[in-house]
Amino acid sequence: MSSLSRDDVAKLAALARIEMTEAELIELSSQFGMILDAVARVQDVNLDGVKPTSHPQPMLNITRPDVVAPSLSPEDALSGAPAQEDQRFRVPQILGEAE
Amino acid sequence: MINKTAAEMADALSKGETTSLALTQAHLDRISAVDSKVKAFLHVDKEGALAQAASVDAKRAKGEKLSPLAGIPLALKDVLAQKGVPTTAGSKILQGWRPPYDSTVAAKLKAAGVVIVGKTNMDEFAMGSSTENSGFGPTFNPWDLTRTPGGSSGGSAAAVSSFQTPLAIGSDTGGSIRQPAALTGIVGVRPTYGAVSRYGLIAYSSSLDQAGPFGRTVLDTALLHEVIAGHDAHDATSINADVPAVVAAAKSGDVKGLKIGVIKQLQGEGYQKGVQTRFDESLKLLASLGAEIVEVDCPNFEYALAAYYLIAPSEASSNLARFDAMRYGLRVGDKDGASAEAVMNITRDAGFGREVKRRIILGTYALSSGYYDAYYGSAQKIRTLIIEDYAKAFAKADVLVSPTAPTTAYKIGEKVDDPMAMYLGDVATIPVNLAGICGMSLPAGLAEEDGLPVGFQIMAPAMQDQRLYQVGAALEAALNSKWGAPILSNAPSLGGAA
Repeated sequence: MSSLSRDDVAKLAALARIEMTEAELIELSSQFGMILDAVARVQDVNLDGVKPTSHPQPMLNITRPDVVAPSLSPEDALSGAPAQEDQRFRVPQILGEAE
Repeated sequence: MINKTAAEMADALSKGETTSLALTQAHLDRISAVDSKVKAFLHVDKEGALAQAASVDAKRAKGEKLSPLAGIPLALKDVLAQKGVPTTAGSKILQGWRPPYDSTVAAKLKAAGVVIVGKTNMDEFAMGSSTENSGFGPTFNPWDLTRTPGGSSGGSAAAVSSFQTPLAIGSDTGGSIRQPAALTGIVGVRPTYGAVSRYGLIAYSSSLDQAGPFGRTVLDTALLHEVIAGHDAHDATSINADVPAVVAAAKSGDVKGLKIGVIKQLQGEGYQKGVQTRFDESLKLLASLGAEIVEVDCPNFEYALAAYYLIAPSEASSNLARFDAMRYGLRVGDKDGASAEAVMNITRDAGFGREVKRRIILGTYALSSGYYDAYYGSAQKIRTLIIEDYAKAFAKADVLVSPTAPTTAYKIGEKVDDPMAMYLGDVATIPVNLAGICGMSLPAGLAEEDGLPVGFQIMAPAMQDQRLYQVGAALEAALNSKWGAPILSNAPSLGGAA
C-alpha cells in the first residue's frame, strides 16, 4: 500500500503553487495511497525495450511563413486583466523588499 | 418543431416553412421552460443567438448559398472560447472572463451560420465523468433528475437529450463526449486526434483532448462533424488532410461484408447486466445486416486506466500553470506588499475545485524527479502497447466495438467521494484517447433493470471516422425499426411544452 504523508502533499502543493488548507492537505493525503496503488499498475508490465509515446500523431517541426497577420489590440489583450496600468498588466510585487 | 432532427429542421428552413428566428426562439423558450431543472447551461446568449438567426434569415431571403446547418441552434461546451461571451471551463478561476478571440470551432460554427445559443456546464477543466465537479453546481440527467448525465460534457449531452438544442459540441479527453452521450441516450463522436482544431479549446491534457459533435441522430452528428473538422494552421497538431466523408457514410449505412471486432477485454465482468444485454443484442442486429463479427484481443487495455490517470494529470499540472492570477481570470489576496507568488498561491487555492487540485498534485508527483520514470515514463510506454494492441486488432477488423460505459447513469453524489470508482466509468473509452483514434457512442436501448439508456461504442483507426458513421447509421436504422420510434421518445417531457 502506497502512502503520501500530509507533509509530502504540502510539499507538492507548494511546488504546484497552491496554498492548501490543513483540511485539504489531510483529505488528499488520505486519498493518495489508494490512487497511487491504482496508477502503479503501469509498473506491472514488462516494459523493457518499449518506446514511450508522448503524442498520438508523430509530427515534427510544423512551420509557417513568417508574415505579419492580424493580432489582438492592446485593449483586447488587456480586457481580462485583473488589474492594469498604462496599457500594461499590473502585477503584485515580484522582487522581495530587500532586492 | 424542437423534436425534429437537425436535418429535418434544415430542410424546413430551406423550404421556407420556418425561419431561423422562429426556430431559435422555440429553443430559447424550451430552455426557459426546462433548464431550471436540467441545468445544462452556464450562460444563455439570447441576444447573440437571435442576431445570428436574423442574419442567416436575411442571407437566405437574398438567395445566398448557405451551409447545410445554417440557422440551426447549438449548445457549445464552456471549454471552448467564444469571443465576448463568458467562458469558464466550469471553473471559478475563470468566472467573468470574456475571451477576446474565437476558438477555431466557434469561428467555424459562426461561419457556417450555426446559431450558438449558449455555453454548457461541464466538470471543471473537463476533469470528471459526471459534471459534478463543475464549479457552478451539477447538471441533471433529463431521464431521471436525481442522476448525473455523465461528463465531462454533461451539459452539452443534457441540452441535446432534453430538446433544448438539436446539436451540441463537447470535448473528449478520456471519454467526455461518448460517456455522457451513452448516459443520456444520444449520439456523440470523438473525432480522430488532430481532426478538429484545439485552438481556443482550454487545455486539460493536450495529447488527448479533442472536440467533437453531439446529435440525436447519426446523420445530425455527421453534419456537425463536417462543419467543425479540418486543418487549422493555429494548431500545430492539426492533421493536414481531407475531412473523411462522414455525411456520405451516415447516409449509406451499409455494413454488408464489414468486419466488426468485439474487444474481449471490454465486456463481461464489471459491466452491468442490462448494458451487456443491449450490447449483445446490437451485435446480433449488425450480424443480421451482413456484418461479420470477430473477437479481438487487446491484453494491454487492462493498464489503460492507470496510464491515463498518470498522463492526463501530468499534462494538466503543466497546462494549468497558466492560471497564475496575472493576465486574466481570478486574482485573490492582492493587498499591499503581497508578493506575486503569494497571490498566485492563494488564488489557485480559491479558484480550483477539489478534483482539479487532486489531479494537479498527482501530476506534479508523477513528473517529479525520482518518480518520473516509474510513473509518467511507464505510462508513456503503456501507451505504445495500447497503440500496438489496436494495430493488431484493426488488422482483423474494420471497426471495433464495446459498451461505451460499464453502467447506466448513477445517482448524483453516489461516487463523488470515491475518485477511483468514478475513474472506473471511463475504462472502455480511455484506450481511444491514448491511441489518438476515433470513437462514437450511440444509443443501444434501455437497460431492463433501470430503464436508463445504454451506449454502444464503435471505434475506427485514425482518419477513418467515416466508418463510425457507416456502422452507426446501420445500427441506428435497425434499432429504430425494432423500437418503432427513437429512444428519446421514452424520456420524460420535463413539464415543458415539447
